[in-house]
Amino acid sequence: MAENFNEMLGPDGQVRAPYAILKQWLDTQSPADLRAKIREAESIFRRLGITFAVYGNEEAAERLIPFDIIPRIFAASEWRRLEAGIRQRVAALNAFIDDIYHRQEILRAGRVPSALVLQNEAYLPQMAGMTPARNVYAHIIGTDIVRVGEDEFYVLEDNCRTPSGVSYMLEDREAMMYLFPDLFARHRVAAIEHYPQMLRRTLDSVAPPACEGEPTCIVLTPGIYNSAFFEHAFLADEMGVQLCTGDDLYVDGGFLYMRTTRDPVRVDVVYRRIDDAFLDPLTFNPDSTLGVPGIFDAYRAGHVTIVNAPGTGIADDKAIYSFMPDIVEFYTGEKPLLNNVPTWRCSEDESLKYVLDHLPELVVKEVHGSGGYGMLVGPTASKKEITTFREILKKRPDNYIAQPTLALSSAPTFVKSGVAPRHVDLRPFVLTGDQIRITPGGFTRVAMKAGSLVVNSSQGGGTKDTWVLED
Amino acid sequence: MLLGRNAASLFWMARYVERAENMARLVEVSYRISLMPKPFRGHTNDWRSVLISAQCEATFDAKYDEASKENVIQHLVLDRENPSSIRSCMETARNNGRSVRTSLSRDVWESLNSTWNELSQLRASHLSSDKLPGLLDWIKQRSMLFRGAMLGTALRLDSFHFSQAGAFVERADNTARILDVKYHILLPRGSGPGSAIDQQQWASLLRSVSAHRAYRWAYKDASYQPWNVAQFLILNPAMPRSLIFCYNWITRSLNDLAADYGTRTDGNDIAERTLRKLAGADMEAIFQSGLHEFLVDFIVDNNRLTSEIANAYNFQ
Repeated sequence: MAENFNEMLGPDGQVRAPYAILKQWLDTQSPADLRAKIREAESIFRRLGITFAVYGNEEAAERLIPFDIIPRIFAASEWRRLEAGIRQRVAALNAFIDDIYHRQEILRAGRVPSALVLQNEAYLPQMAGMTPARNVYAHIIGTDIVRVGEDEFYVLEDNCRTPSGVSYMLEDREAMMYLFPDLFARHRVAAIEHYPQMLRRTLDSVAPPACEGEPTCIVLTPGIYNSAFFEHAFLADEMGVQLCTGDDLYVDGGFLYMRTTRDPVRVDVVYRRIDDAFLDPLTFNPDSTLGVPGIFDAYRAGHVTIVNAPGTGIADDKAIYSFMPDIVEFYTGEKPLLNNVPTWRCSEDESLKYVLDHLPELVVKEVHGSGGYGMLVGPTASKKEITTFREILKKRPDNYIAQPTLALSSAPTFVKSGVAPRHVDLRPFVLTGDQIRITPGGFTRVAMKAGSLVVNSSQGGGTKDTWVLED
Repeated sequence: MLLGRNAASLFWMARYVERAENMARLVEVSYRISLMPKPFRGHTNDWRSVLISAQCEATFDAKYDEASKENVIQHLVLDRENPSSIRSCMETARNNGRSVRTSLSRDVWESLNSTWNELSQLRASHLSSDKLPGLLDWIKQRSMLFRGAMLGTALRLDSFHFSQAGAFVERADNTARILDVKYHILLPRGSGPGSAIDQQQWASLLRSVSAHRAYRWAYKDASYQPWNVAQFLILNPAMPRSLIFCYNWITRSLNDLAADYGTRTDGNDIAERTLRKLAGADMEAIFQSGLHEFLVDFIVDNNRLTSEIANAYNFQ
């Protein structure tokens, strides 16, 4: 594996420009002081209930995501390049979904295999012919990006369903401003705290045709036992909208209403944080008690907007991912600005053979998986893990894709031994409504263990505040 | 605008904090009595009588054979299988608060959340005799912090009125129940009024509602007279745990709601009827027609009020 790109110290060991002030500051801090700051941050998070539920771990049912107190920094010019690439990609993703549920031109042109789309679990036939407000499907996208060199960025995945983490992005910023006001003031850090207002504006802008006057928006949550409940409550609070569970809502005469202490109130836009399958027991999973019976018909009738639209999973499917360069070119007529990671689709015999022969070098992921569950990281896996995984892979090859192990960049991180480089990725949040809105930076996840490449919070990854410096 | 489910959560959040505090008082008093020399205690098993007062006999007997001090304290303070244990009450209160996080002030939420964070860490070893009094004190303080945060920081909107109705319906229920249990079941039959045991029972009853000193101020009487104690806990409008005080508060909360919403519900009528009944009552008449019957009627009406509120405001 190639040498990792160190974001603070460049290849020549010199401090890179965006980190100049931070490095100086770090050199003057004692580990004991920094450790005290971490404890302070944790007690604030714990008291406020900024927690993340980890499934299958009852004792630590509500856990803090480790917060690293050293910010990750991008120069304005770096961010401008990234932002342009993200905009291009997000526009292409929405155009792709629109096409897939209408004329399917990209399939007819043979640029993406029909079977891969139409037989995909993430493809929802119920969405065929559906045109939501402003033709936007994936209103909120979390694009996972990794860096491997000074100018080399790769998109790892496009989260087009219900990406989470934005509350940590915002709370991490609050924590940094509280803990290190001086350090913060010595940088010109682009603001991100208007994200909730931007989200609110995005929701308002996609109100359905039937909406009269000011749209009523809500956040729909599975409830307090969901891993991201804190975030659902946080966003509802920050946007000044109601946080509802399925029980609070019902459909009457084709319109969606919420039950209040007084008369029912009609709902126009639902920012839902429950999966497609649970959205409507009449259309999808009949056993779901989380959703609202009849909401999908109300949606199809143009009486309510569901954000993100059902069926957007077709665009972030890991098998579709490998076609993203074609997809971007097909809809934008431009070369993609962001790199895609070369991907082997194990459903194809040739690729499967290559993957089975090279397991120790590859990362193998489930096509529909998320959260770092059920994946193999070849270079760090034991012989036994690789043998076990080989059998699993042979049984259901079409369930997996494989990618080379990228040498993720590292950023300075405060760990037990002091300040040390740890691998990071980045999830910027991109909003699409009447326009595309992006907050500068995003949610940086960091693998707290030395050498680890798994940054998922469900696997012990931590978070950092992400600073985009202004010119 | 307030979701019906959120109104329910606010009502029950405050109710469960109140219940946790009352449970802490009850255990505290019982523990105190258990330290006294034998002759001052009642003839029934003291700890059995605590279970009766706490209405936790059924859950206790399903789990334990013997009403020993350790078993009863464990069941009432930390037992997860007892929905009325202090631990369970605080957990339920906090989960209700969590689901309406957006309608709470930061101070209110933090008071609930920190309490639960600490309480959830406690193990049986924290109930040893050297630690128990401190723990019970702490519970009371946390409940008072919650109440203070509510009074000091919550906007006087519908959300506030629902929480107040919940807290005071619970408090009224607690006062009525404790009075009934002590008077009707626990007062030893053989010992006449004025006996040492009798005095001890009344003193502990007053203590369990934090009122033994207040009683002396109000009645300037060194010994406890049953009719005075009953009068104090039922009809004295200055006593913050008396039934009439609770109903003054509930009526005001529900009337504020009705004013906000521009409509009255059956709940307003029930609360006002109960309040009028209390305001017009005199102790002698109550004793003559039976204190027990009076309290049972009251508890039934108080429960009916909860279902009326739930119904009128779409609690689900």
